[in-house]
Amino acid sequence: MSATLAALSRLGAARLGFRGRIRALDASGCGRALPPAELERRLLEMGFVEGAVVEIRNQGLFGRDPIAVRVDDATVALRRALANAIHVEALDPTP
Amino acid sequence: MSYLAAPPPALPQAEPKLRPAHLAPAHIALVGTPNCGKTAMFNALTGSRQKVANYAGVTVERKEGGFVTPAGRKVKLLDLPGTYSLRARSPDEEVTRDAVLGRLPGEAPPDLLLCVADATNLRLAVRLVLDLRHVGRPILLALNMYDIAQHRGYGFDLRRLAAELGVPVVPAIAVRRGGTEALLARLDSMLAAPAAATLSDWQPRGRTAIRAQQNEADRIIAACVTPPARPDTVTSRLDAVLLHPVAGLVILLAVLFLMFQAVFTWAQPPMDAIKAGFDWLGAQAGQYMPEGLALSFVRDGLIGGVGAVLVFLPQILVLFLFILLLEDFGYMARAAFLMDRIMGGAGLHGRAFIPLLSSFACAIPGIMATRVIDSRRDRLATIMVAPLMTCSARIPVYTLIIAAFIPDRTVWGGLQLQGLVMFGLYAVGIGSALGVSFVFKRLVWRNSPAEPFMLELPDYKRPSGRSIMFGLIQRARVFLRRAGTTILAMMMVIWFLASVPRPPADADQPAINYSLAAKIGHFMEPVLSPIGFNWQINVALLPGMAAREVAVASLGTVYSISAEDEQGADRLGRTLAGKWSLATALALLAWYVFAPQCASTLATVRRETGSWAWMWVLFGYMLALAYAAAFATYQTAVAFGLG
Repeated sequence: MSATLAALSRLGAARLGFRGRIRALDASGCGRALPPAELERRLLEMGFVEGAVVEIRNQGLFGRDPIAVRVDDATVALRRALANAIHVEALDPTP
Repeated sequence: MSYLAAPPPALPQAEPKLRPAHLAPAHIALVGTPNCGKTAMFNALTGSRQKVANYAGVTVERKEGGFVTPAGRKVKLLDLPGTYSLRARSPDEEVTRDAVLGRLPGEAPPDLLLCVADATNLRLAVRLVLDLRHVGRPILLALNMYDIAQHRGYGFDLRRLAAELGVPVVPAIAVRRGGTEALLARLDSMLAAPAAATLSDWQPRGRTAIRAQQNEADRIIAACVTPPARPDTVTSRLDAVLLHPVAGLVILLAVLFLMFQAVFTWAQPPMDAIKAGFDWLGAQAGQYMPEGLALSFVRDGLIGGVGAVLVFLPQILVLFLFILLLEDFGYMARAAFLMDRIMGGAGLHGRAFIPLLSSFACAIPGIMATRVIDSRRDRLATIMVAPLMTCSARIPVYTLIIAAFIPDRTVWGGLQLQGLVMFGLYAVGIGSALGVSFVFKRLVWRNSPAEPFMLELPDYKRPSGRSIMFGLIQRARVFLRRAGTTILAMMMVIWFLASVPRPPADADQPAINYSLAAKIGHFMEPVLSPIGFNWQINVALLPGMAAREVAVASLGTVYSISAEDEQGADRLGRTLAGKWSLATALALLAWYVFAPQCASTLATVRRETGSWAWMWVLFGYMLALAYAAAFATYQTAVAFGLG
């Protein structure tokens, strides 16, 4: 699995129902509120680590934001801006 | 041996006859991620023997309870705020970190950490245990909701899990009777033979270390937990409806409508009963005591003061019944999800929605409900604007003035003018709340970053009646304690101002006109006449500090009319219509939209923020807004010839 960052897509830009595997985290430019390293730590602490399978289950009405993401056995709600820190490789949708 | 030297000594080996019950109580700290059922576990272990207070110096709620293990060992259980890591990102999490590390001032270092995990969702909990291991204290991991996990088809190799983690693991079902037996048995054996403690080498983890910990946690779970062949789909099927962009919002509105209705209708009979009870008590006092200052103190100050606050208890209980039910079911986080963008525009957190809505009933339960907001900044922002929501205590004042001054006719093809004005007052309240929060965001918190919106949506589960009941009892206790202390004290002060000095024997005016309140009313005239208030209104404003609706009764007193019954209120309205200009009436309405006229709310803000400063900020800005709004209304109305 030597996919480069450029070949991956950002979770924040993915459609409803997207399913993929996390390949990298990079929170630079994903929010002015906190430094990127801190945002990355928070994502990690919610279970967003490389290798985890994520799926966009629901999205809000306004700007399709926020999104509800299934990470293994948990569901996490977050804004698309922050989800852009999560670089994913698409997987086949759940059968 | 860092902490074993602390007060609760280890069982001395040489004295095996010493019964465990004679030992000092063991201190156990309850830790876990949010939504793991930690509160249910706390309730299951301690029952009703709980004490709720605040930690010294911070506004974090401290919950401690006691129980006795089957072997007779006394245990003091400290329920720590839920956290995903010991890194401490909020005041709540700092408390958890410091308590676990044994460096929280005034707290005994825990002898044992009881870590609760949701058996259906172990990833984050196992990482927390890996982090906790570095603290060097004995840990017991309880896999809560074990029955649900088994029902869903999860398989657990508990022996392997314990070996991998290096801590004992027990299954537990906090919400079922007898569901904590294995846990208690293991606690006893751990407390009877305390494991040798190691020195803490805990330190905040960086990105790399958190990654490594999570990878290790995932490896352990893969080795010890068999996932179900067919994943449970109840939550995702429910979410397809409840989180639907359109249907979800409609359902949320329906739920809120029901809640709002219940707060007003269900709570009404008990509220009437409480009011009648206190009226009866007051009448009894009048029968057994001679007319005078002592009677006035007992009847109007003591009984009236306590009654005016206690009457809100049913509303608070109904409101919290809904909040606890929705929280337990897992819907609260979803409401925050649905409202996030709408609230976010005004600089409020998605979770601020429910507290703000509650404030339509009364700001006090609304402010108490802000505890669901984790970040202190977001919580303060919500507390600061909650009193702008039109609470039910403003309704009597609005009704009186609207009925007296706004003509009862229809406009714009069928719309009731009076109803329209009422709606307008509500709308101004909501609009100003959003505006003020926006300004706060821009001015006060310009430099402190907003928490990024990220929260776990727990799987839905059936609410536990036991947990709801404990939650309600706890809220009632907190409210009653407050009503009995701070709020009662404020009521006393207001009674004093309105009753002292007594009128002379040949008084031909109501007693309040001779009181300090009246003097203050006259004194305030130069300040309040530019907004159209006469001294009678000024006098009524003071007792109205106790509770806004008291202002109606006070106006009645000042104008020597009883406003107790419907007829009285009607007559009062006609009197006012004869004595006030329309400009004055409109100015008073504008004033009441903003005025911080509620001592109980201020006392609650003081308690919940843990700071006098925030209370004065609230008082100051609301007073300024009230004056400005009333001034603008009055002067505009006068300019249009309505003075």
